[in-house]
Amino acid sequence: MSLMNFTAVELGKKIKAKEITAVEAANAALDAIRMREQQVHSFVTVDEKKALDRAEQVQKGIEDGTYTGPLAGVPVAIKDNMCTKGMLTTCSSKILGNFVPEYTAEAVLNLERAGAVILGKTNMDEFAMGSTTETSAYGVTKNPWNTEHVPGGSSGGSCAAVAAEECFYALGSDTGGSIRQPSSFCGVTGIKPTYGTVSRYGLIAYGSSLDQIGPIAKDVTDCAAVLEAIASYDSKDSTSVKRDAYDFTAALVDDVKGMKIGIPRDYFGEGLDSEVKEAVLSAAKELENKGAIVEEFDLSLVEYAIPAYYVIACAEASSNLARFDGVKYGYRTQDYQGLHNMYKKTRSEGFGAEVKRRIMLGSFVLSSGYYDAYYLKALRTKALIKQAFDKAFEKYDLILGPAAPTSAPRIGESLSDPIKMYLGDIYTISVNLAGLPGISVPCGTDSNGLPIGMQLIGDCFEEKKLIRAAYAYEQTRGYRHCPIAEWR
Amino acid sequence: MANHISDETIDYVGILAKLELSREEKEQAKKDMGEMLDYIDKLNELDTSGVEPMSHVFPVHNVFREDVPSCEDGREQTLANAPERKEDSFVVPKTI
Amino acid sequence: MKQFETVIGLEVHVELATKTKIFCSCSTEFGGAPNSHTCPVCTGMPGSLPVLNKQVVEYAIAVGLATNCSITQNCKFDRKNYFYPDNPQNYQISQLYLPICRDGKIEIETEEGVKAVGIHEIHMEEDAGKLVHDEWGENSLVDFNRSGVPLIEIVSEPDMRSADEVIAYLEKLRLIIQYLGASDCKLQEGSMRADVNLSVREAGSSEFGTRTEMKNLNSFKAIRRAIEGERERQIDLIEAGKPVIQETRRWDDAKEYSYAMRSKEDAQDYRYFPEPDLVPVQISDEWLEQIRKRQPELRTEKLERYKKEFNIPEYDAGIITSNKKLADFFETTTAICSNPKKVSNWLMVETMRLLKEHDLDLEQIPFSPENLAKLIQLTDDGAINSTVAKEVFEKVFESDIDPEQYVEEHGLKTVSDDGALREVIEKVIAQNPQSVADYKSGKKKAIGFLVGQTMKAMQGKADPGSVNKILTELLQ
Repeated sequence: MSLMNFTAVELGKKIKAKEITAVEAANAALDAIRMREQQVHSFVTVDEKKALDRAEQVQKGIEDGTYTGPLAGVPVAIKDNMCTKGMLTTCSSKILGNFVPEYTAEAVLNLERAGAVILGKTNMDEFAMGSTTETSAYGVTKNPWNTEHVPGGSSGGSCAAVAAEECFYALGSDTGGSIRQPSSFCGVTGIKPTYGTVSRYGLIAYGSSLDQIGPIAKDVTDCAAVLEAIASYDSKDSTSVKRDAYDFTAALVDDVKGMKIGIPRDYFGEGLDSEVKEAVLSAAKELENKGAIVEEFDLSLVEYAIPAYYVIACAEASSNLARFDGVKYGYRTQDYQGLHNMYKKTRSEGFGAEVKRRIMLGSFVLSSGYYDAYYLKALRTKALIKQAFDKAFEKYDLILGPAAPTSAPRIGESLSDPIKMYLGDIYTISVNLAGLPGISVPCGTDSNGLPIGMQLIGDCFEEKKLIRAAYAYEQTRGYRHCPIAEWR
Repeated sequence: MANHISDETIDYVGILAKLELSREEKEQAKKDMGEMLDYIDKLNELDTSGVEPMSHVFPVHNVFREDVPSCEDGREQTLANAPERKEDSFVVPKTI
Repeated sequence: MKQFETVIGLEVHVELATKTKIFCSCSTEFGGAPNSHTCPVCTGMPGSLPVLNKQVVEYAIAVGLATNCSITQNCKFDRKNYFYPDNPQNYQISQLYLPICRDGKIEIETEEGVKAVGIHEIHMEEDAGKLVHDEWGENSLVDFNRSGVPLIEIVSEPDMRSADEVIAYLEKLRLIIQYLGASDCKLQEGSMRADVNLSVREAGSSEFGTRTEMKNLNSFKAIRRAIEGERERQIDLIEAGKPVIQETRRWDDAKEYSYAMRSKEDAQDYRYFPEPDLVPVQISDEWLEQIRKRQPELRTEKLERYKKEFNIPEYDAGIITSNKKLADFFETTTAICSNPKKVSNWLMVETMRLLKEHDLDLEQIPFSPENLAKLIQLTDDGAINSTVAKEVFEKVFESDIDPEQYVEEHGLKTVSDDGALREVIEKVIAQNPQSVADYKSGKKKAIGFLVGQTMKAMQGKADPGSVNKILTELLQ
């Protein structure tokens, strides 16, 4: 048993009880990072000095009563698309290779207010565009369960760091499944909150209408505690929503009696791996055994979510990423003749292939003559998808399905066929289009020993139902440590 | 491929997006974009007539700031990451 | 010889008089070192997000109501995408699909009488930063202090037919907006900017010709010259059988000609789409009513009221109401001294004269209404005569002194003590027997000399009326 095997909340209790200090915890995490980064490569940046100074400061704060929350002194890793003042923030892109923000993302500030100790910034698909963490400009992150496989993406670094126990929990962001899919691949738990629950201020935007920050941790308890810390109404984010309550940990109750859970038949058809199917359905069975009412239904429109998503996300991305131009921050090309040449060379050299692919597509669908046919069509489809969910939630408290159609693919298998890679997000993407909350909880491993995740989807603002059902299910299984974390 | 992307289209999108593609990248981009558009054309199977385009998923409106100044001198923060700076300004290749 | 008609529509950008920028709390104040009025939002830092300034919406609605527009009660912002270094995000937050105001009109005076000019729409947007070009070097410098300053763009219908109409329209628009306090609308300083869309067609034709857009016009003079020049250029092209190309042209004020701003890197395809970082603005009937109630009296109404209420000449009322600040000054002063006629006179004659002498404009009256009112009060009470009043007024103009105090301290008060005055007059009569004899022999004009002598002896501090009266009496 290593200190790193604790969950975040367990460690927080030990720190509070003075059994462990924040500095010891930070040192343990930094040791784990030193030991495992070679194999896993979860991080883009690790700042040992800052982490230790901060741990010392937090320890004092705990002693003098400044920090009293459950996460005080617990080391955390932050996805590298959230701005951290004085710490490199790259989005895993060459174009931000030297960008040190002068401000900190609101979600990260909220963690700091709760006494978090930041270890560093985790690897991701460049600008969160990808499902494998292979599009990073700073190397591929490996799945800690089997380093020949990808960790998923785009929050692959955060999920791998939690699974490899290089940190106690992490923040990720989810635009089309980027928290839930890698959580599923790495055998950890991740929540994508209702749109507007966590401030996007300081999150470097990919698809503004879809992006949400969320927690990634070993179990549901940790996720609820972290969500409670990061969720807030933020007057700096116009799309931030004032919620009635933020006490997500109150939903950690082992009771699903009478809860109505719908399983969309459309999620279990062609393309779904049989082992994944079996694991998810047996998880549903566990919930049924605990008193939930589980039944199948037709959600409809599932196959239209991906094309609608790519039009909307790429259109927004083409505009959001226009600011990276070599004028104000980040990379600027060395040799250029005149302004437009400087723009073009900077961007062509600074962005990777997948980012360019999406910027090109997004620019095209918004261009004169195509706006109605593509962009408005996608927004209309989005409205229909939202209606389909609204109808489902008239009948059900939750929707249950897989987080991804397969377990983690091998490194190098996905990028050659983008559309096939995009199809891997089929169960997660519509949740972002409709602004809903979703959670991915480990529910088994396949014959290769790779984790499988179950996804629960709630109606907007119903995180507590998600947390309750996920917590109840988790009680039947417990947390399985990744073999890599058992080595020491 | 139902959607054939011409050289002109790729060049035009390159101007819009300020991206300069090599010959091979251009060929790849034509193929990728054509395939994506074929895939996106699946949306045409859906009858969306009479459906309002939904840009914002929640009916939130009227989020305002009061007109009260609060920013301090932001010069150093603003220029901290400048690739090229002259005194208190950013430097860019001449625009006229 | 064919007759051609010019068809003109305007896009007028007006900087709103808010204290802060449209999407962040940075100051809109002029001046300051480059980039000192900036923050992550108005410099397009990654992860920053806009939050709308409520006052911008209220000003836009106020202008919309004053120009007879219908207000879009559910309006949204859109992104306009184009790369330029003064545009930090490389998109401008503007409104295309649901602008805040639509379908308005204002009336202008033309030689043929009153004419309505339609307003197609008014939308809210953010201003760009400033580029400073090094004349010899290879670089431009970027300053984002103006980036994010709120603008409204007022787009007219192509209803104008001449430079005169364009200028009448701009002057009318400027007056309305100044009266609302929504902007100071200074062309030279760029707080009001007009782009001219112009085409020509054969007289009698109902089809529009191909139009061009002219930018960088920062004075009425430039606008007039640019319109005349562009009209000639297009007619020459048509008569030579060449096509007019739809393009944007930049006016060079020094060289007095325009040139096309064409570039293969300018696709002019702005890829507008709804701004996902801002939520829609819903303007309820109640909110609209509140703003309607707060609308100040505009120029036309004010002019009518002045004529009725104050009984001042139409010409004077016209000049005074031609500037909101001047009108406010007039009303404040009148409220204190209750003598509108005299206030108007002081403003129209002496104030105008001294403003001109000091090279100041109407906005820059350097003294307070209180002190002008006091001065008028002093003359109304007969405490000083008009010569002294003019002298005191110069001091008021120069250093805004308190006239009562000044008159007191410098002993300029009219001597109203009849006895003292009588004594002096008796002395003057005694010293000027010739004039007295002339008067008595019927040369009534001779009294003028005696009045003059008396005033001289009194060092000007006598009321000429009283002097006249006592003299006449003593010479009986």
